[in-house]
Amino acid sequence: MTLAIIDSGGANISSVMHALRRLGTEPVFTADAAIIRNADRVILPGVGAAGTAMARLRELELVACIRELRQPVLGICLGMQLLFERSEEEPDSQSGQSGSGVGCLGIIPGTLRKLEPAADVRVPHMGWNTTTAACQDPLLNGLPEHPWFYFVHSFAAPIGDGTLASCTHGEPFAAIVHKENFYGAQFHPERSARHGAKLLANFLELSCN
Amino acid sequence: MTTNLARRIIPCLDVRDGQVVKGVQFRNHRVMGDIIELATRYSAEGADELVFYDITASPEGRSVDSDWVSRVAEVIDIPFCVAGGIRSVEDARKVLQRGADKISINTPAVQRPELIDELVMAFGSQCVVVGIDSVHHDGQWVTRQMTGIPDQMQQTGHKTLDWVTEVTRRGAGEIVLNCMGSDGTRAGFDIVQLQAARNLTSVPLIASGGAGSAGHFIEVFEQADVDGALAATVFHNNKVPIPALKQMLSAAGIGVRL
Repeated sequence: MTLAIIDSGGANISSVMHALRRLGTEPVFTADAAIIRNADRVILPGVGAAGTAMARLRELELVACIRELRQPVLGICLGMQLLFERSEEEPDSQSGQSGSGVGCLGIIPGTLRKLEPAADVRVPHMGWNTTTAACQDPLLNGLPEHPWFYFVHSFAAPIGDGTLASCTHGEPFAAIVHKENFYGAQFHPERSARHGAKLLANFLELSCN
Repeated sequence: MTTNLARRIIPCLDVRDGQVVKGVQFRNHRVMGDIIELATRYSAEGADELVFYDITASPEGRSVDSDWVSRVAEVIDIPFCVAGGIRSVEDARKVLQRGADKISINTPAVQRPELIDELVMAFGSQCVVVGIDSVHHDGQWVTRQMTGIPDQMQQTGHKTLDWVTEVTRRGAGEIVLNCMGSDGTRAGFDIVQLQAARNLTSVPLIASGGAGSAGHFIEVFEQADVDGALAATVFHNNKVPIPALKQMLSAAGIGVRL
């Protein structure tokens, strides 16, 4: 099986590579549209700002390529957020976007909003938190009712039709999403001990339809 | 319930020449074991995060030797932080590219506080931890630097609580407050000092120094409202096994990852 990790510009990619190697696969880290199209599985990672990441995907001419993928795709953290329509995150000067927010890939409906801080709700949401499944899905096979995952983020996706599992930090938000062949995890499965490893193993085992 | 965010248990591995060492009050370091062996053990036992502190890096004026960072990233599946000798955005980038999730700065931040802002700009607050070594001196808490080598240890002239406020303002994503009067004594965390810091900052605060029993961890979470507790010796010698500690914290009503 071939697995492509899209080079979306974040610095901290080696932990995703190591986690997949521990599961017995050898991922290819690439920005080459042909390699991405032909891979059996695709992971869209992401660390940093939505505007910067979208600018990079446009520069590499990968936006249409990603939207047209038909094999299982997993967006991780910012990579999951990019699957949505928009983020309220302020665009930076390099993003080439004006006005408020950042246009994303538009694969899953919804807009990312900033988490609201409160007395016991610190933002960024950083650390271990539990999720609650909204429905059954092969991606969640073998996970307990409330698995623990490691989160690091300030913006969050709304709960909607595609929500497989939710998490609560102040307000509830979508922690795992699914639409057709696209999946997304707001947390870092590669840093989420045995539950994260199980989710990644499930992703590798999804049927290719 | 507005969040189920877990309180974290963080073993700290002091690294010197590729091995894990531990001293009492920063002196007389003893070899405690191999880095990879201890990292693997703690991650399997349910530690929430690991901190690797290159205790020789800052005093010797060199940055962290990052080969072991890659080896750690390969084997563990929980977040980890690297501390010691990171003086620039470039030093930090090397460590993060090798797979560390966070970097922690102490002496270099005291020497040049703008380094905190630079790291936050380059990598985001979530990557940037500021370590503070604090001692009680003339009726107040003051910071110290160069704690890796006792003869070079210096007082830095910051009042600890002023420094907590300043690093928060500069965008630090987390503060590790190491209370040196308690370090290695195993007589309990410095609750009063941690409470004072807690009242001044809303960024995650990690208690360090003085853990001797499971009861000390319960006490610091209940009384100082810290987000995590860091310790070395009691984990290295298995006096406080992490699985049993987690069970005790949970039974005491403290939200931890089981």
